[in-house]
Amino acid sequence: MRLVAENLVVTRGLRTIIDGLSFAVSAGEALMLTGPNGAGKTTLLRAIAGFLPPASGRVHLTGGIEERTIAEECHFVGHQNGIKAQLTVAENLSFWGAYLCSSPAGTTGLEDRVAVALDRFGLEPLAGIPAAYLSAGQKRRAGLARLLVSERPIWLLDEPTASLDTDSAAIMTSVASAHLARGGLLLAATHLPLGLAGARELRLGAAALPAQSTHGPHDERATDGEGATP
Amino acid sequence: MSLFTTLLFRDLQLALREGGAIGTALGFYLVVVALLPLGLGPDLKLLARIAPGVLWVALLLAALLSLPRMFEADHEDGSLEVIALARLPLELAAAAKALAHWISTGIPLALLTPFLGLLLNLDAGVAPVLVATMLIGTPAVSFVGSVGAAATLRTRRGGLLLALLVLPLYVPTLIFGISAVSAATLGHGGLAPSLLILTAISLASLVIGPIAAAAALRVQMQ
Repeated sequence: MRLVAENLVVTRGLRTIIDGLSFAVSAGEALMLTGPNGAGKTTLLRAIAGFLPPASGRVHLTGGIEERTIAEECHFVGHQNGIKAQLTVAENLSFWGAYLCSSPAGTTGLEDRVAVALDRFGLEPLAGIPAAYLSAGQKRRAGLARLLVSERPIWLLDEPTASLDTDSAAIMTSVASAHLARGGLLLAATHLPLGLAGARELRLGAAALPAQSTHGPHDERATDGEGATP
Repeated sequence: MSLFTTLLFRDLQLALREGGAIGTALGFYLVVVALLPLGLGPDLKLLARIAPGVLWVALLLAALLSLPRMFEADHEDGSLEVIALARLPLELAAAAKALAHWISTGIPLALLTPFLGLLLNLDAGVAPVLVATMLIGTPAVSFVGSVGAAATLRTRRGGLLLALLVLPLYVPTLIFGISAVSAATLGHGGLAPSLLILTAISLASLVIGPIAAAAALRVQMQ
């Protein structure tokens, strides 16, 4: 499976946020989106997930199941965690596991997957507690645990390690490495290096002002092969 | 369990856990109906005559109270975006949420009506017909309301705008609900046609509502 963006242009109102960006991510690869605040990292992730229709250009999948869209093949963890305060952590994960599953048969073994996800992110002691009582970092871990309750090949993560402590960030790194080793794709917008070996970096420029937006591509500075870690 | 019922049960579970939304709607319904006799005075004949209309209008206003929360809660915590990524079309997801709203708000309000009718000297023979019109008519309240709730999702204090948008669309439901009740009271043959038109309005909203709500949600999530 390969995720390809061709001459992608995304606008918000009159501002061109992403101007003529092309990149490709293959199975087993990770792409780190970096850049200053307002560079369009979140916008790019939302455009890939299909929330924002591109002004021109396109993002498409090759080598996947023909009729499935990117939205149906991806996990999107944005700034908000998608965790319901009234439900317990385990109930939240069970719901997402059942709701995001790929086929009707996907609900078999759901309890096991929830148990594994809880265990992996160290949430087991909190499983029966309503999510309203969790701290910001614990909520973030519960949000990220969604990645493990249903199998989807593309992970779109927006600041995945925000509000995580160093131990939890290390867990996230190992979960992401395991995902890549299984042949998954990962795109993460991040200021803090995730510490993934062999991750490429795509540096987005500052958002163009309307007057400058006609100056052609300037975002395209994907540096192949360079690790995201210093 | 299909994705549709998974989402439906989760929304019902949330409505039950939260409690406040249903409680507020039922409480509001009770208070509005209880205030009316105090304002009009103890004219039992007058109260009995206006009771069905008063109950219907109060029910619409009470149902409107919980409409803004239909998508707002999911939008605030990021769940809505994840819901949009499932292999369930957004139209069906919107339908599941509207159906959950009807089950958790429309049905309890309709079932409470005969008891509130006592406050308005509602004729005991009319109560079953009134409840029937409400049970048939309230799906339109939830499904038409879901369009308004989706369209005003990111509007600050969207509740007022939602009322302005949605209440005029409830006029047909109200008219045919009341005409069915008056047909039953006066004993002429208008009951069946009114109920059929009321059913038609609800069925049409069942089809059009989710499509329009999903279109509005797609714009709101950009």
